[in-house]
Amino acid sequence: MTFLTLTSLRKQYGSVAALDGIDLSVTAGSRTAIVGPSGCGKTTLLRLVAGFDAPDEGGIVFAGQQLADARSQVPAHKRGIGIVAQDGCLFPHLTIRQNIGFGLEAEASVKNARIAQLMDMVGLDPAMLARKPDQLSGGQQQRVALARALARKPRLMLLDEPFSALDTGLRAATRKAVTDVLTAAGITTLLVTHDQGEALAFADQVAVMRAGKFAQVGSPREVYSRPVDVATAAFLGEAIVLPAEVADGRAQSPLGVLPVDDIAYRGKAEIMLRPEQITVAQNGGDGVFATVAEINFCGPISDVRITLGDAFTFRLDIPSRETLSAGDRVTIGVAGAAHLFR
Amino acid sequence: MTSTTETRITIAPRPRLPAASSWTLTIAVVVALLALLPLGFVLWATVVTGWETALQLIFRSRVGDLLVNTVLLVVLTIPICAVLGVSLAWLTERSDLPGARFWSWLCVTPLAVPAFVHSYAWIGLWPGFNGLPAGVAISVVAYFPFLYLPLSAAFRLLDPALEDQAASLGLAPFAVFRRVVLPQLRLALCGGALLVGLHLLAEYGLFAMIRFDTFTTAIIDQFQSTYNGVAAYMLALVLVLCCFVLLGLEASLRGRSRYARLGPGVARRPKIARLGKWKYVALLLPAVTAAFALGVPVLTLSRWLIAGGAGVWRLDEVGLALWQTLAICLIGGLATTAAAVPIAWLSVRRPTRASRFLEGCYYLASSMPGVVVALALVTITVRAMLPLYQSVATIVLAYVVMFLPRALVSLRASIAQVPVEIEQAAASLGRSPGNALLATTIRLAAPGAAAGVALSSLGIMNELTASQMLAPNGTRTLAMAFWALTGEIDYAGAAPYAVLMVAFSLPLTFLLHHQSKKIAGR
Ligand SMILES: Nc1ncnc2c1ncn2[C@@H]1O[C@H](COP(=O)(O)OP(=O)(O)OP(=O)(O)O)[C@@H](O)[C@H]1O
Ligand SMILES: [Mg+2]
Repeated sequence: MTFLTLTSLRKQYGSVAALDGIDLSVTAGSRTAIVGPSGCGKTTLLRLVAGFDAPDEGGIVFAGQQLADARSQVPAHKRGIGIVAQDGCLFPHLTIRQNIGFGLEAEASVKNARIAQLMDMVGLDPAMLARKPDQLSGGQQQRVALARALARKPRLMLLDEPFSALDTGLRAATRKAVTDVLTAAGITTLLVTHDQGEALAFADQVAVMRAGKFAQVGSPREVYSRPVDVATAAFLGEAIVLPAEVADGRAQSPLGVLPVDDIAYRGKAEIMLRPEQITVAQNGGDGVFATVAEINFCGPISDVRITLGDAFTFRLDIPSRETLSAGDRVTIGVAGAAHLFR
Repeated sequence: MTSTTETRITIAPRPRLPAASSWTLTIAVVVALLALLPLGFVLWATVVTGWETALQLIFRSRVGDLLVNTVLLVVLTIPICAVLGVSLAWLTERSDLPGARFWSWLCVTPLAVPAFVHSYAWIGLWPGFNGLPAGVAISVVAYFPFLYLPLSAAFRLLDPALEDQAASLGLAPFAVFRRVVLPQLRLALCGGALLVGLHLLAEYGLFAMIRFDTFTTAIIDQFQSTYNGVAAYMLALVLVLCCFVLLGLEASLRGRSRYARLGPGVARRPKIARLGKWKYVALLLPAVTAAFALGVPVLTLSRWLIAGGAGVWRLDEVGLALWQTLAICLIGGLATTAAAVPIAWLSVRRPTRASRFLEGCYYLASSMPGVVVALALVTITVRAMLPLYQSVATIVLAYVVMFLPRALVSLRASIAQVPVEIEQAAASLGRSPGNALLATTIRLAAPGAAAGVALSSLGIMNELTASQMLAPNGTRTLAMAFWALTGEIDYAGAAPYAVLMVAFSLPLTFLLHHQSKKIAGR
């Protein structure tokens, strides 16, 4: 069932088209991640959905209600959509208790019980309730912001890079905690991030955004393995792009003859492999011969540049090993099918 | 400023003060002692009077009447000013009011008109208007800019993301204003309200002109007619206590901290509210305010100027008053700024508990009404240092006490912008510490010092109470001449003096407005 539908949303700031025709549908209870480089319009999109700004064109339908079209829009406070901003955006003049209870209308005892429950849900110590936001760490502020947004039991939750202020370790932990809370509450979620790993790990549906448009929308696997173009492929992770001659589902490429995921296409094309499909063997095995042109040791992995004949070079991260050094001959093997860009 | 940083300062082993700081500290302490002279005097006078006489003089119906007048005046004027200030600041900063910039300037301009000229203008139009209603109405138009200025700066600094966030939590626009915007304006509201309150307690000319009795007018009457010293001292004591009540109220309402923005980056530009069809209704507020606060003075002044013709411009007298005013403004402004340099430097470069305490002393001293300062200095000089009675030195000291914080604010901001490394570099090139300070920081902070001189001069130019009581024989500033002429009911003759005061205050007022914008970063 479609829960949120965006149709050809446009938003112009002066000469910059922040959003340039966005279409998206989100099913109830799902998690959607919007990923894209800085400045591509992610925050603008969330602000339109939350009702902080009005679109220039296009419409937003949420749970069967028209929230915005070119002429009118439902104000933010009547939408019932929760939002956690990039920096938490806690009210600096209120305590944590008052922040979380801000949108709650109930008598004190009910309110306090609910606040305690929310604190527990986001994994914070109730002793913090009396503090002011500036006495909390960045990660704790994010959790309070989440609790505050959850307090009103919103049907849709918007998360704008909520983890970007956190360090790597805390980031994964907080993301896990937030995902669990949202799943348990069955809240439909829209997450904005510029971290592709985060998007792929978090979502059921990933929308890759570029310059105000969605380049591709699909499941994490689909956008990762079958990106629509080279730029999308590169944005979502390391990609090895090869020129090839394709016919009958097979590609003649510098890495030999490879199966491709498109049996209908015939002719010249570019194909893509992900690094995990490639094996580098030092003593024989199946595959194509190549030379290690350069090797950079970076701890558990090494960054190697591999030359095939004298025509083609590519970079690759492989697990570090003692014995490999520049100038060595290796055999390159490929597992699975290559992806074909049409 | 959190309490943790304070404790850290006391726990850390204190480095020995370099020579420059110890000298600066000594001067700052001496200035603080001088500034606290009036307050000390009032306490001393009370003690000398003895309990019995003091109680007799304080608990009488006259004091009760004055107290009722004062309380009513403060309790009515401040809320009206606050509502007017918030509404005007919101309209000019956060709505698409046509000509918002223009109105914002007009909202500050009333400060260029001395309070007693406001009241002269009103009774010029409505001669029968007096008592409490007149006092409140004229005070509102004369003093609301003290609230408008900090409030409009605070509106510019608000982070609109908080308002968006509150809306997403289900609050309707008015609730957002009440629960998110207003609390963040609290600091500006409290500071501005305190300033208005202190002016209400200290003002003489405005209320004397409309025959509304306050402690200040009563003290001056006492002083001029019978010179009943003890009774005047006891009225001054009650007045000082009123000031302390205001200061205490403000300190307890202000709360603990300023609300800094959390999180990285710069706040978005605030959203501008669309007034739509309300636009023209909304225009009424600044228009009516400007009509009363500026239109009335302009109207009365031009009426008297036309009625008086060329005859009122007696160039010898007006010229002499102008020359004397400019001279005393310049001397007073320079002295005030010079007196503020040590504490300004200390509070930026060596912020310690002692420097914060000293700063508090200056603010406390300057919140004493001019009449108390003058009464104290008159009595002290007459009794102990007669040659200094009605000397330039004494009146300049009064101005320093009253206007030092104005210079301090400007100086501090500009000293903070000079990197301390420059000062250290000068010292490493062989300058003595004091010399290094003069050659670098003071030189580079000159624009701030100039602003300090200008702002304290603005205060001096429009000061009437203390000037009247302390001015050397034969001195007649613009304010004094204006006051003397209106006392003789020569309203036409007084007009040129008022026009000159306004003309010289205008650029300084705009400087004030500009500075408050710069502090807000726009
Ligand atoms: N209020 C505004 N006025 C003018 N331009 C704006 C405004 N807000 C956003 N933009 C522009 O719109 C574009 C999209 O901005 P947006 O904030 O949506 O980016 P983003 O994808 O969230 O970036 P980031 O990952 O850095 O947060 C940018 O080019 C930005 O400069
Ligand atoms: Mg953003």
